[in-house]
Amino acid sequence: MPFWDTVGIWLGAFLTLCIFSFLYKDNPFYKLAEHVFVGISAGYWATLEYHNVFRPNLWDPLTKDGRLLLLIPFAFGILLFSRFTNRFGWLSRWPMALIIGIYAGITIVGYGSGDLILQIHANLLPLWTDHWLTSVNNILLTVGVITGLIYFFFSKEHKGALGTGAKVGIWFLMISFGASFGYTVMSRMSLLIGRMYFLLGNWLHIIE
Amino acid sequence: MRELLEKLERLDRRIIFIFIGLSVAIPLILPVNLDFSVTAPVKSLYDTIESLPPGSKVLVSCDYDPGSMPELYPMNVAVFHHLLSRNLKIISMQLWATGTLLADRAMAETLKDFPDKKYGVDWVNLGFKEGREVVMVSMGTNIPKTFPTDSRGNKVEDLPIMQGVKTFDDIALLMNVSGGLPGTKEWVLQVQSRYHVKLGSGCTAVSAPEFYPYVQSGQLVGLLGGMKGAAEYEKLIHRPGTAQRGMDAQSVSHVVVFVFILIGNVAFFSVKGLKKRLKASR
Repeated sequence: MPFWDTVGIWLGAFLTLCIFSFLYKDNPFYKLAEHVFVGISAGYWATLEYHNVFRPNLWDPLTKDGRLLLLIPFAFGILLFSRFTNRFGWLSRWPMALIIGIYAGITIVGYGSGDLILQIHANLLPLWTDHWLTSVNNILLTVGVITGLIYFFFSKEHKGALGTGAKVGIWFLMISFGASFGYTVMSRMSLLIGRMYFLLGNWLHIIE
Repeated sequence: MRELLEKLERLDRRIIFIFIGLSVAIPLILPVNLDFSVTAPVKSLYDTIESLPPGSKVLVSCDYDPGSMPELYPMNVAVFHHLLSRNLKIISMQLWATGTLLADRAMAETLKDFPDKKYGVDWVNLGFKEGREVVMVSMGTNIPKTFPTDSRGNKVEDLPIMQGVKTFDDIALLMNVSGGLPGTKEWVLQVQSRYHVKLGSGCTAVSAPEFYPYVQSGQLVGLLGGMKGAAEYEKLIHRPGTAQRGMDAQSVSHVVVFVFILIGNVAFFSVKGLKKRLKASR
């Protein structure tokens, strides 16, 4: 293995153990790894944004191709930095308004068609089908959606039929939160497995 | 008895960490290869790829970073492997800057089994493009215009694989390996709902519950949820990888978590009951 690869693996193992040391208690090794991570990330992203965004999208077309219209977004970009001063901070609202406006315009169509309409459509299911398991599934889904919505209906006190519906809705919500928690545990375990692969495999060569 | 229950209730969290650490490390060192089943959303994605005619073009957006690598990298490799084994053309791209190196690495690992596949003919990496949803919408109008050059600086229009590819209509399947935002949700909302392209997803386990409704509604043709999803896919393509090897550790660590939740609850309710009875007897 090349010398610098070995150095990289040992450095990676040291920093991994530094981060793991926080599980015992907060300590200078953890702080060191944390600061190194934040510093390198900030430097990496700044360089990346410069080479992948600023130069190809603005600087090169402006200086090499003479596309002077790009001076307008450039000026808007500069205005974002006016937030650093109290006197001119208000100027940053213009580019912010532009960014939010464009983003809202793009996403609202997607949410409307992709989430709202198609998801409602997907919930309009026949409660009685040829297969009993599908019927049970569809009934459960319909009851879950309706009672879940009842739980979030706050314009009327949850009493009587509305209260019963809300209680059933809580059960459905709790089951879905439980499933989400299970998946979160699985995700975190996967990350730990990934680190263990690195420590036991690449570093200690105990496993392949 | 009460002392023991109270001790269990106040159990030092570091003891739990030790057990979790051991439950992950030991199965990795001494694997027992526990069996697991393939779920419907994973099989559905596999079947969709199987049904594509050879030579079809598949767009794979690798939107993840090293932080989610243990879950997503194995499924990235598995999907690449399956696509190339079916003689499908891979057009790779990234909306996460950190995804470019990972996609190249996944492809390099895959190409060990397909040394005859050529860059620009059988696969291409268009690289990273900043702009999130704006890039997706722009691709709906013109893909070569959105990505004028690939990650190696070649003109996209000159590449054989890109001939005849202009919009999503020319893509047989869109596969997203999603580590967060922008990811599967954005591909569903901005691209699938507008252009009705077939969309598959491989995502972290944390975000999987959010995406399952899209499978049920037909907006996703299939879904690989976390390391388990990746392991199932590796099983389907008969190519064991790191995800399948990690399943023992997943199973054992989950049992340990379950046992500690059980102990915690038994201790909590027992102590509560004992205190209540003690109070009543006074």
